[in-house]
Amino acid sequence: MYVAVKGGEKAIANAHKLLDEQRRGDPNIDEVEVDQIREQLSLAVARVMAEGSLYDPDLAALAVKQSQGDLVEAIFLVRAYRTTLARFATSQPIDTARIDIKRRISAAYKDLPGGQLLGPTFDYTHRLLDMALAEGRPAHEVEADAAGVDGEMPRVTDILNYEGLIETDEEDPERDPSRDLTRQPLAFPAARDERLQNLARGDEGFLLALGYSTQRGFGGNHPFAGEIRRGTVTVSIVPEELGFAIEIGEIEVTECQMINQFQGSAEMAPVFTRGYGLTFGHNERKAMAMALVDRALRWRELGELPQYPAQDEEFVLYHSDNVEASGFVQHLKLPHYVDFQSELQLIRQLRAEHAGRFGHNDDAQNDNIQAEAAE
Amino acid sequence: MGVLAKAALTDLEDAFAALNDTPSFDWVRPPETGLVMVQGRAGGTGQPFNVGEATVTRCTLRTDSGETGVGYVQGRSKRHAELAALFDALLQSPKLSARLQTDVVERLAGLHERRRAAASRKVKATQVDFFTMVRGEDPKA
Repeated sequence: MYVAVKGGEKAIANAHKLLDEQRRGDPNIDEVEVDQIREQLSLAVARVMAEGSLYDPDLAALAVKQSQGDLVEAIFLVRAYRTTLARFATSQPIDTARIDIKRRISAAYKDLPGGQLLGPTFDYTHRLLDMALAEGRPAHEVEADAAGVDGEMPRVTDILNYEGLIETDEEDPERDPSRDLTRQPLAFPAARDERLQNLARGDEGFLLALGYSTQRGFGGNHPFAGEIRRGTVTVSIVPEELGFAIEIGEIEVTECQMINQFQGSAEMAPVFTRGYGLTFGHNERKAMAMALVDRALRWRELGELPQYPAQDEEFVLYHSDNVEASGFVQHLKLPHYVDFQSELQLIRQLRAEHAGRFGHNDDAQNDNIQAEAAE
Repeated sequence: MGVLAKAALTDLEDAFAALNDTPSFDWVRPPETGLVMVQGRAGGTGQPFNVGEATVTRCTLRTDSGETGVGYVQGRSKRHAELAALFDALLQSPKLSARLQTDVVERLAGLHERRRAAASRKVKATQVDFFTMVRGEDPKA
């Protein structure tokens, strides 16, 4: 337990000034601008938007600048900012079938309607440092094709569904659509919509490790990346004063449909099962990890036994949020002086008793002398 | 309204500058920035869930000729919301509607489509055909 302390105002103010000096770095070097971060560190911006749970590239870029590139700190800044704004509406669910595609791949089907579109990807790069980039070489430019991509971009899961080979995802009309973890606390067992909201804003590193664990013997889902798609979708809302749907803009999202091994019963023939990942921005690793963890957490509805860490709903959902996790770990820096004094007293007492019982009197005497000196 | 919301602010400013006479208006609700909770669906088709919020700026105005315009645009640009609301109002004016539909809405939609198509042609250049390699079998068989 920490206690309130007084004093230190000047030191704190100076520490913050020094922090700002550190942010600026060597003043002889040009200062990085927010729009440079937005355009050239766009994946950092995307992560801050996804886990900050706020789609606004300019704000996320500002947060990256202010946090000196500490993305968890930037996410915290964005989360704090969002609490200052009123919510005007909840959108209609975005339709990822109607997407201006930037990338779309399937590891399950080689040839699929609409094609495999690599888009901008680190896949197949050699991971060699590009020394010419340090010299400021101009960017490569791709030569555009004569025609654009196919308009029709059916989901791989829908293709499998034509044959009835995969479970379907349908809306439950009984379910209250207004459930929102930012307004109601998590309750267990959590419904899938709550789990997905939690995972969508969850820490990429945490979900990556959990997803990885399900592939490595701490899980048994046998996943295929059925489809990964990234692109721009339209956001629509129904403003109260209008009463009809209007489009307010577009956001970039990454979606992952993970296809997993079968589930069947006496009543139902075996089908592939599904795990789903959806994030703001370009966050492919996160979307894939999210889909793996979503599938692992679905053990209850699929009649499986919870045997692995990634299936432990309370463990996963209570520890996925990096703002909460960072806060609780870092609160250990707050003054715990009184707490620690009581611990000191206790350990001295224990050691004295130990000495009394087993007789190492020298040590006990030393401790007492030091304790008196400290007081 | 979707076209106005998705338009680039610079394009909207150009359209505004091209108006013959600048209409005057009163605010019904001056521009304010807030949030929209964006929902997705489990598996793309299933239960709606909250992905996260997005900033949005809205305003409502009434022109001197009596039309009410509403602007809801993603982001924090008050000017964008204002211009969207203003064109929304002007598009309801019987006198201007037909001309603005062509000069502004269709033009802005065309610019948006041109940008989208240009990006799409670049993505198309990355389309790949994977060939499955034969593994271990006798190639002559």
